[in-house]
Amino acid sequence: MRGKEKIFLLLAIIAAMGVSCASASFNRYYLGVAIDVGINIILAVSLNLINGHTGQFSLGHAGFMAVGGYVAAKITLVWGSALPAGAQPFLFAGALLVGGIVAALAGLAVGVPSLRLRGDYLAIVTLGFGEIIRVIFQTSDYFGAATGLTGIAKLTNFGWAWGLAAVTVYVVASLVNSTYGRGFIAVHDDEIAASAMGINPVRYKVTAFVVGAFFAGIAGGLYAHHKAVLSPGGFDFIKSIEIVVMVILGGMGRTAGVIFAAVILTILPELLRGVAEYRMIIYSLLIIGLMLTRPQGLFTFGKKGTAS
Amino acid sequence: MDWFLQQLINGLALGAIYALIALGYTMVYGVLRFINFAHSDVLMLGAFAAYYLAPPVASALGTASVPTALVVIILSAAICAVIGMTIEFLAYRPLRQRPRLTVLITAIGVSLFIEFTGQHEKVFGAATKPFPTLLPKKEIIVGALRCSSNDLVVVGLTAVLLAAMWFIVQRTKVGMAMRAVSFNEQAASLMGVNVNAIISFTFAIGSALAAIGGIFYSMRAPGIEPLMGVQPGLRAFIAAVLGGIGNLPGAALGGLVLGLIETFFGGMPGLSDYRDGIAFALLILILLFRPAGLLGKLQTEKV
Repeated sequence: MRGKEKIFLLLAIIAAMGVSCASASFNRYYLGVAIDVGINIILAVSLNLINGHTGQFSLGHAGFMAVGGYVAAKITLVWGSALPAGAQPFLFAGALLVGGIVAALAGLAVGVPSLRLRGDYLAIVTLGFGEIIRVIFQTSDYFGAATGLTGIAKLTNFGWAWGLAAVTVYVVASLVNSTYGRGFIAVHDDEIAASAMGINPVRYKVTAFVVGAFFAGIAGGLYAHHKAVLSPGGFDFIKSIEIVVMVILGGMGRTAGVIFAAVILTILPELLRGVAEYRMIIYSLLIIGLMLTRPQGLFTFGKKGTAS
Repeated sequence: MDWFLQQLINGLALGAIYALIALGYTMVYGVLRFINFAHSDVLMLGAFAAYYLAPPVASALGTASVPTALVVIILSAAICAVIGMTIEFLAYRPLRQRPRLTVLITAIGVSLFIEFTGQHEKVFGAATKPFPTLLPKKEIIVGALRCSSNDLVVVGLTAVLLAAMWFIVQRTKVGMAMRAVSFNEQAASLMGVNVNAIISFTFAIGSALAAIGGIFYSMRAPGIEPLMGVQPGLRAFIAAVLGGIGNLPGAALGGLVLGLIETFFGGMPGLSDYRDGIAFALLILILLFRPAGLLGKLQTEKV
């Protein structure tokens, strides 16, 4: 089983790289949307670890994304010009990694207070944390204050976005399906019963936050180098909500469903561009309609089996 | 000292508005156990109702007079009460037995729907509109302190409304039913409480308070636009959690604390940029030491 998953991961990365090599022949607009989809898959799958598998309710995912994005963008902005062109991908990889690690530290900072809080209180703390991050970036001159960072090198391509999306899916799925990872689901199902069985809910919650934040940070780095500009307004509460909606529509704790939801919810607003003025109205009505008719998630059929 | 008193006055006026809005969050949470994200948009609709009602009412009762203000406020509150009940009936009632998270996402959907519909040019339009003067405005100056008569009216009316809420919830039959539904919905319905009617009533009251809060907020703001509800709504939400969500005096206290924090930090040079962040940071600190809010009671989970 594990070997099979590794092969799938490898195939996915090779496919992503292959498509990426041919990317010059694609329509730039479609390519841009495809990269957006890849980034959103990373965000949704990583949030799914926190909200879906572990059953915590985080409304601050955009905050982690902002941390990773700003840190990675700053790194390539500062050192990018000093290095030769050949070293750029390595710098980019390093920047993404550092961004992810700093975001993971932020996740640790949120995960630790969450030990004492649950439900709505946790939701507001994570929401507050996301807002604090935004305010810090918005007031810090080093990070461009309210205007944000501009002139970031466009280093993200299809291969990076989808390759890292495959890595994220692989890591989250194999983490949850491992012996250790059953603890996430146990904490989700019943915290008290889990701790009675000798599972330490605190450790699992913090792990979920740290891992989730790490990948959100990576997604932020990809996003920064895809859009070439970062502004604090792009990481507000609405962005967090968008990611939460992906997780819920996909079916909490179902990786495949969440991936589908991320794809559909990224493409849908683009398809609705033709009716631009009604676009967001239709989007919101769809959310309401889906919740009324398919609250268990769009792609949830039958009983929940394993977490993949 | 003067600076301190001045900020205290401003903070109280702002806090009173937050308290009004926070009451709506907390009451809905009390009966349905979910955070009604659309509350902040009902607040915006209240302000717009007043915006459209003010000219015709003013032509009948005189511009910027007390009767005009009263009629406009009451009519807007009534409109929002109906809107709140409609939202509950259409979007939340079918989901009553579903997991709370489902309802929460629906509430977010409703909120986005109202915001984006409001921004459409055929509805309100995205541009900021000047809010009409409802009340004759006077500056009251005592020593070095200045205080707008509007602020006094806001604080006074809020105090009256809070007292009225307390009376409704603690001393009337409807209030008793509300508390019963909040305590145990099933048991309440077995005792002959019409749960649907009580929940509708809660939404009506909460939305009416949001409308009044929205009008007061607009009286201090530079203008109104379809996204104006987001910021005060978020603050009021924090206030409700800060005081202990589901707890009425807690919401009032939380609102005041938040209003004071915001004006004090906003008034300090160098810190004003961090105002929003500090409100959240303090909230997180308080929740770390009192995980159920200032006045909330922590419930131990039973197996």
